[in-house]
Amino acid sequence: MGAPEKSENFKQRAHDALADPNLKTAIERTTGTAETKRAAAIGAFPEFQAARVRGAAIKDHVIANLDHYLIEFERNATEAGAHVHWARDAKEAAAIVTRICTEAEAKIVTRAKSMLGEEIGLPHALEDAGIERVETDLAEHIIQLAHERPSHIIWPAMHRTREDVAELFFKDHQPPPDADDPASMVASARRVLREKFMAADVGISGANFLVADTGATCTVTNEGNAELSTTPPRIHIVTAGIEKLVPSTDHAMALLRLLVRSATGGEVTQYTTFHCGPKRVGDADGPEEMHIVLVDNGRSRMVGDEFRQMLRCIRCGACMNHCVVYRQIGGHAYGGTYPGPMGAVLTPVLDGLAASRDLPHACTLNGRCEEVCPVRIPLKTLLKAWRVRSWDSQQEVGAVRMGLGIWGFAARRPRLYHFGTRLALPVMRLFGKGGWIRKMPLAGGWTETRDLPKPAARSFMSQHAKYGNGGPK
Amino acid sequence: MSKPKIGLFVTCLVDAMRPQIGWATLKLLEQAGCEVEVPRAQTCCGQPAGNSGDKRGAAALAQQVIETFEGYDYLVGPSGSCVGQIRSYPTLFSDPGWRKRAEDLAAKSFEILGFLHDVMSWQPEGVGLNASVTYHDSCSGLRELGIEAQPRALLEAVEGLEMRPLNGANVCCGFGGTFCVKYPEISTAIISEKTANIAATGADILLAGDLGCLMNMAGRLHREGAATRCFHTAEVLAGMADGPAIGEDA
Repeated sequence: MGAPEKSENFKQRAHDALADPNLKTAIERTTGTAETKRAAAIGAFPEFQAARVRGAAIKDHVIANLDHYLIEFERNATEAGAHVHWARDAKEAAAIVTRICTEAEAKIVTRAKSMLGEEIGLPHALEDAGIERVETDLAEHIIQLAHERPSHIIWPAMHRTREDVAELFFKDHQPPPDADDPASMVASARRVLREKFMAADVGISGANFLVADTGATCTVTNEGNAELSTTPPRIHIVTAGIEKLVPSTDHAMALLRLLVRSATGGEVTQYTTFHCGPKRVGDADGPEEMHIVLVDNGRSRMVGDEFRQMLRCIRCGACMNHCVVYRQIGGHAYGGTYPGPMGAVLTPVLDGLAASRDLPHACTLNGRCEEVCPVRIPLKTLLKAWRVRSWDSQQEVGAVRMGLGIWGFAARRPRLYHFGTRLALPVMRLFGKGGWIRKMPLAGGWTETRDLPKPAARSFMSQHAKYGNGGPK
Repeated sequence: MSKPKIGLFVTCLVDAMRPQIGWATLKLLEQAGCEVEVPRAQTCCGQPAGNSGDKRGAAALAQQVIETFEGYDYLVGPSGSCVGQIRSYPTLFSDPGWRKRAEDLAAKSFEILGFLHDVMSWQPEGVGLNASVTYHDSCSGLRELGIEAQPRALLEAVEGLEMRPLNGANVCCGFGGTFCVKYPEISTAIISEKTANIAATGADILLAGDLGCLMNMAGRLHREGAATRCFHTAEVLAGMADGPAIGEDA
């Protein structure tokens, strides 16, 4: 596991991704299935649009009253016996977690999949502290064996085909599974992980929801690995972003209906668990200590700016499954913790715009992401807001600035513009053969892979000036 | 009832690249009973600036469009993306005066097919085209303006036209304005999937409602050696699809 890549070499990574036919196959299998299943689930959920409106309203209400719910959550979680910690940024959050592990003299730590954990660099921090880290989500297990980072927020190993995984398991699992039999592969992963679940000193999970009025944290999984990571070990640590708060369990359930359908097309996950405090007297099992690390890492700043609506995100992944760009280049090309449209909005918050300027620009603004977003985040508007910041802070490429400057100067002077068009069109036509231009100076971005229709000999405006509404003929 | 007075917003792409779409739009509006003017002071809706983050540049062009078109009953143009931009003008202004003028113009700005169908309740009569046709939903028209059923309903009235459904018709073609030249490799990967879907329909003709998307699709189809011909939907409805298609020599 290397340090997080920076998102600055986006174009190179996108180029590499496009050159990998295996990656394309893997992406298409997963996102294609996700798209089909989601469509079926939404089709069978007639109140979906109303549920989206309610989902967005719940999140907006929490964001507007974040201080209130944070304090309520802390009070109730503490009352239930959990220790609540506050982390201003990624570094502080990772330090709190590693300190708890070190003080507990933990040798093995199991981790249930959590994107927030990735965001705060937890895998790296645990390894630096000399603690054995075991990823227990099947896909995260694959990622760990491959020394990679997640490429999707729901299916972290979606860039790997079944054939790739067979190869990884064959090298690592003893005895190795039958590579042609997915059931045998799952069984061997289960066997390998089961030993670790029982041996772990600390289990770390994220949270899909933090329930303010009970102090519970909620995880949803399909593999049961979160339950096995959080129940047998002595200590359970939860790391969660502060935007995960909901007022009550009812609100969590309302959002859950949206989350599961949007993510996998299911109606409900196999496991939905509310963790409320450590083991109590008389409980059959459970951790002796429970710690909850509430992470800000740029979120409270977003409350006050134009990216506030991004805090609605419930991390379902529907935006990336329906994104034409993501489906071509996959998640690693984005270079940040979160890929796809939601990642293109969040990465500049987390890594800074200078290091991630390409992400909000590498988007056709087709709007399909916000059409499918279960909490109606105006992703297109937010991506454009980053473009405005990029432009205002002089980060736009010089040639683009100049080109648009000349264009704008002319376009604000209609007479000059129409005169310029009259002169330019015949010049452009010189590059044409038949009706098409195959090559033309300054048009390489287009003509490298597409032909350009030859422009008209006379513009519409010039024809209309001559012939009036009747037109030529 | 007096005829509605239309300011035809030609769009800069149609103006330079395919004036026939402008003529088709004008003809359709007149057939539908409108009085059409083509204001000389028009150039571009400001989308290149707006999508690049140059809010001031976009606002300056928005002011020009507002001043030029606010006196008409309607602004109508042959592009969902340009009209979508015009509908978004109110977000460019904090000054209440300009914001009000932007809102007023936004409320009466329409894409041609939506306008003919929804506002004028117009249906083509006596128009024929003996060809199999497939249709791509351009994203801005589809998602910003709800242009989906209207072009299909209008095309149904064209005699001899056989409509073939396009797999992934509502998926972006990879044009995206400056996106296609800023990220040509990604754009090419996207358009190549679209052209494969178009080829799979076996249709003679591809139609869409935005020249940017059409140039992208036509340009890629031609580079791949496909024989599919490309027209703007308005050209077919105006009975002007008997001449050269996009990229064909006159």
